Parts: sequence; C-alpha cells; structure tokens
Amino acid sequence: MTDQQTGPEILRVSGLTVTFPSGDGPVRAVRGVDYTLHRGEVLGIVGESGSGKSVTSLAVMGLLPPTAQVEGTIRFDGVDLLAASEDELTRVRGERIAMIFQDPMTSLNPVYTVGYQIAEAVLAHRDVSKAAARERAIELLGTVRIPNPDQRVDSYPHELSGGMRQRVVIAIAMANDPDVIIADEPTTALDVTVQAQVMEALAAAQRATGAAMVLITHDLGVIAGQADRVMVMYAGKPVEVGGVEDIFYTPRMPYTLGLLGSLPRLDRPAERLTPIPGSPPSVVNMPPGCPFTPRCPLSSEVCREVEPELVGVEDAAGTSGDGHRAACHHSSQLAGAAAGEVFDAGGGEDLTGHGAAPADPTALTGEAGR
Amino acid sequence: MSSTTEATTRSTSAPTLLSVRHLVKEFPIRSGGLFRRRAGAVQAVSDVSFDIAEGETLGLVGESGCGKSTLARVALNLIPATAGEVRFGDREITALSPGRMRSLRREMQLVFQDPYASLDPRMPVNELIAEPLRIHGLYGADGRDRVRELMSTVGLKPEHGNRYAHEFSGGQRQRIGIARALALHPKLIVLDEPVSALDVSIQAGVLNLLQELQAERGLSYLFVSHDLSVVRHIADRIAVMYLGKIVETGPASSLFSAPGHPYTHALISAIPLPDPRRERARERITVIGDLPNPADPPSGCRFRTRCPKFAHELSADQQQTCTDEEPALTDRGTGHPVACHFAQARALL
Repeated sequence: MTDQQTGPEILRVSGLTVTFPSGDGPVRAVRGVDYTLHRGEVLGIVGESGSGKSVTSLAVMGLLPPTAQVEGTIRFDGVDLLAASEDELTRVRGERIAMIFQDPMTSLNPVYTVGYQIAEAVLAHRDVSKAAARERAIELLGTVRIPNPDQRVDSYPHELSGGMRQRVVIAIAMANDPDVIIADEPTTALDVTVQAQVMEALAAAQRATGAAMVLITHDLGVIAGQADRVMVMYAGKPVEVGGVEDIFYTPRMPYTLGLLGSLPRLDRPAERLTPIPGSPPSVVNMPPGCPFTPRCPLSSEVCREVEPELVGVEDAAGTSGDGHRAACHHSSQLAGAAAGEVFDAGGGEDLTGHGAAPADPTALTGEAGR
Repeated sequence: MSSTTEATTRSTSAPTLLSVRHLVKEFPIRSGGLFRRRAGAVQAVSDVSFDIAEGETLGLVGESGCGKSTLARVALNLIPATAGEVRFGDREITALSPGRMRSLRREMQLVFQDPYASLDPRMPVNELIAEPLRIHGLYGADGRDRVRELMSTVGLKPEHGNRYAHEFSGGQRQRIGIARALALHPKLIVLDEPVSALDVSIQAGVLNLLQELQAERGLSYLFVSHDLSVVRHIADRIAVMYLGKIVETGPASSLFSAPGHPYTHALISAIPLPDPRRERARERITVIGDLPNPADPPSGCRFRTRCPKFAHELSADQQQTCTDEEPALTDRGTGHPVACHFAQARALL
C-alpha cells in the first residue's frame, strides 16, 4: 500500500543502463532505471518480454556476461556494487542478496541432495558445523512448507515435483537471512494451483527474513496480490511507478492502461478485450521520442520528438500522488479513463475490420514468447 | 453411465457438430529391459464424454498432465482412441481409414501453442498458407488470391507474403497458424493453448480475432488451455479436467458463479486477480500436495488425495464414500454436472 510503513533504504539503483553489442548495433536493453528499495517492502516489476525487467535485476546481482556494458550506480547498504571487487560481490551475493529464477532445475544441481545444497549455501557464508547446517536445512524446508522436511532433506531434485523444487530454491535463497530477495518470474513455469502454493511459500519466506523483495513478473494478478509498489517497464525504461493501488486503479501511462485493458478477467467478464495495437519496439537503433508512440492512441507531435521523463502525477483530488510517477506527455488526459475509451476510440465494436492491425514486421523485436 | 451422456449435452438448439462418448486413451508403460515389455498403462483420458454444437466454443481447462491435449488429439483422431466413440457431424470417425479421415481433415483443423515450431522456417508465408490448399488439391487458378484474402482476414498485410516466419512477431506467427487452419473452411478448430506463449498485449488481439472469425463463419472451437481467465473470456461452456476425467462442466457463467467441485474451487481461487483490494480480500482454497502418479490413480474419487474438502470437512464415513465410489458427473444441485459426492456451490469471485 502506498502509505505503508517501510523500513530504511537498503538498495538504490540510479541511472542504470545496460548495453549489449550486437551485429545490428548496440542493444540498449536497459535505458535508465532508478529505484529505491526499503527493508520489508515488495517492489513489483512488470513488463512484457524484452522490456528489460530481468536484465535490470541481473545487473544488480552482477550476473551479466562480461560483454554487457553496465553504467550507473547500484548502492546496496552503502556499497556501490558496480565498483565493488569480485570478493566483495561474492560476500553480498547469496548471503545478503539472494535470487530466485524461473526454472528451478537450472538453479539446482541434479547430483546432490536438496539438503546438501541448502547446507552448502549456509556453509558458504557461515562458520557452523555440518550437522548444524543440516538442521538449518530441515528448518528451512519446513518454512517453505515442504511436508516431512526431515525425510525430504535427503531427496534429489528429480524426486521432487516442480513446485517442490521451487520451494527448495526459495529455501536456499532464505538460508542466510538475506536483506534483499530478487525473484524473477518465480512461479511462471508452474501450474496455477502450485503457483498459489509457491507464492504463499515465497511470501512466508519474505516475512520470516524481513527481507525486501523485488518481484519480477509479467502476471499482473501476482503483482496485485503481492507488491507494495509497482514499476512498469517498457523498452528498457520504467514508464510508470507508484503504489500498487495507483497503478491498478488510476494508471496514468497509456501502456499501463492498455495492459490492464488487454487482460481477460476472471471476475469481470467482458464482451471484447482492448488489445494494444502493434508490437513492442526493437531496442536496437531506437528512434527518438517516446518508444510507445507507434502503439499509442494519444500520441502527438511532441511524443515523436521528445522522450518523456518520469515525473510525478497529480491524482484526482489535484494533489501530487505519493510517489506516483508516469512518463507520458499526455498523462493528465488519462485521469479516470478506461482502456476501452482510450484504445478503441477510433475502432469501436468492429467485427470485420480487425481493429488490431499488426504493426509492420520490420519494426519488431523478438517477442517470440516468454 | 447414461447420466454422463445426458449431463454434458448442451442446452442450445444448434445442431451438434462433435460428439464424444466414453472416450478412453491408454498409453502403455514399457519395462526398461531388452524386450520393452508392457509393464502397465496410463489412462491419459478416462471415460470422457462431451458435445460441441455448431458455432459453439467449449473450453477445456486443467493443469499439465491432466490429459487435455491428449483428449483434443484423440477427439480429432490424430492419435487412435483405446475405446469410446467420436461422431463428427453424422459420422463415427474413430474407425475411419486414414484415407477417409484425410478428406474429413479439411473440416477439422488444429492450431498449436508454439506458432514458430509449427511453421516451416524455409517457407515464405504465402507458401505456408497455400500448403494446406495444395495438399487437398484446392490450390487452383485463384490460389494466390485466396492466400492474400486469408492473410488480410487474420490481420496480416498481404504484401508481406514473401517474408519468412522468423520475420514476424509471436502474435503475427499465431495469426499465420490461424490462416493455415482457416484455408480449408473448417467447421471445427481445435486450439491447443493458442495464446499461452504470447505477451498479454498481443494475446488480446489474437483472442478478439478468434471471436470475430467465429461470429463471421459460425466456427466451432475446442479451446484447450490452462488459463482460466482466457477460457472464461472465450468459451460458451467449460469442462474442467483432472487426471484424465472431466470433474465439472457447464456454461461459463454458471461454472464461475457457482462452481461445485473442490478442484474447480481451488483452480478459481488460485488465479490472482489484477485488482489489489479484491485480490487481498479473497478466500483462498488450496489443494494439498502434488499430482499423484497417473499410472496408479487413487481409488474412488481421483482428486481425494489433494482435496481440501476431503481433508478438512468430511467425516470418516463420508471419506470412505470418496475412497470407495467413483463420483459420477451429474447435476447435484449446482445447476450443472459435477463429479463430486459432496459437491457444493461456492461463490469465490
């Protein structure tokens, strides 16, 4: 919630840019990300494939390949991680910042028991006996709600289901009581009922450790349920930031509004969805101006020329929202607007014209799928 | 179980296009030895019956391994059924010869999840779309025009016909897949997770296209998906599958307003709503543990090992009923058929 009490600042990312060289020219995957994370809070990062949401977090963890050019500052508890030595980074990674990836099989080693792997994480950063590390492993498996943890501790990853494996990964992430947990699509590979169980385990882990969490997902439902604050990313930049209710109830960037309008709803069936026309832009050789311009129903001359800054928006009462910021020249026009009104203004209920005419395929990225 | 047959028949007056009765599909489990002896069988589809009317969409939902994709393929006779019958129009198709089946294929088409894997990377798009026409000997003098028309029907620019699949985005590739399916003027299209690989902003456009095509052409859809929100949006009726069986089926509105099966309850309550206040105030019903081994399903009700109702609400006597008797799929007061001895409608949304 926007007005909730949060702890002191733990992570501050400013002016982060990540560029990868490619045959077609530099790929500007992240083009300027700023955020602060406070102890105990959950920051949700949403965006579609290619929006830069995962690369941003890999940069924080120092896990990008050496070819990536990373600029800006990432201050974790006062230390600049981009300027830190590999030794300093190793001390931070895994102990104070933990990361959870989408596919648990890529994080777990198939030839060791899960107990061994959790104990290994404990022993890497703490001077305790092997027996104590094993005890801690069993305790952690219980925290992430794995039944019969004292038996499961001796299981190999292939003996566990996908949901159980992801809980083991969460247990490893919790092993050293981290200050920050970065979870990148932690439930995307799982079935819906298992997804709910794992999300519960993750929330329990976050509460138990009191860690701040960065939750990266394309699932707006997960964000609605878990995040305190939300950052919406598009083409390598945050385009809207705010409290979770600001983002869902009073979005002020057409892209956010479009995303919400294109979602089929379980609770509110609609006759017709409101798709966002076109596809996300390529982040190679981006034209000037707002990257959303070709897909935006509100775009005007200024949008094609000047890329809007992320600035505070005024809420309905005319007061500047608490930390609610949007990057849109026409943000004020969106106050109280519904997606259908904004995106369907020209088309309406047209059954033959196929309102969602796709953009020219030359202007594509590889949005092949998540 | 004559009740099953009655129960899954829809109430609309449109004629039935596809009618599936007591369909069973078993896959053998082979031993690891030299002769790969048959060591048992998995019933991927276990006595399933349903109908699809002309112009209707049946949504088939369930989690991975529930048999929904297998069911769709057996219903199209792409893989042979072990038992049961499938009628398409007025013909029984499970016993048809491959040659006879081939001419019938025109009327039933399939669209897959991954449009990239189902499109030949070395063929330009106009050839990809012409391929089904050529195979069925329908690519005549007007072939080029037919292909151009199909491209614009699905929202692609006909002048992009010389491009290859990799030059298109995921959403556009799925449109190519749909154009291929439409080329032969089918009556039924089976859509197997057609939008699961797409980003939400792209997914909405493909869903709208499918609805428009149905309205224009009176197509019937069997829409297979794990995503309840998508299925609710597109389907007229929904069948929920668990471990090879349909556990609940009914009109979309009634299935969501008054779900009766504990598994449907869990599925609905597991989907996070993109609405922070409502999402945080919701009642959560979670299933217990993981999917049992499909080669050795639990006795009686297959869901009982994961059923929150079985574990927390039922008396020992009631639990015995679940263990001993397989629940039939019949209306138990919720207005639509539910395969649960203790079905009870709950409002979860």
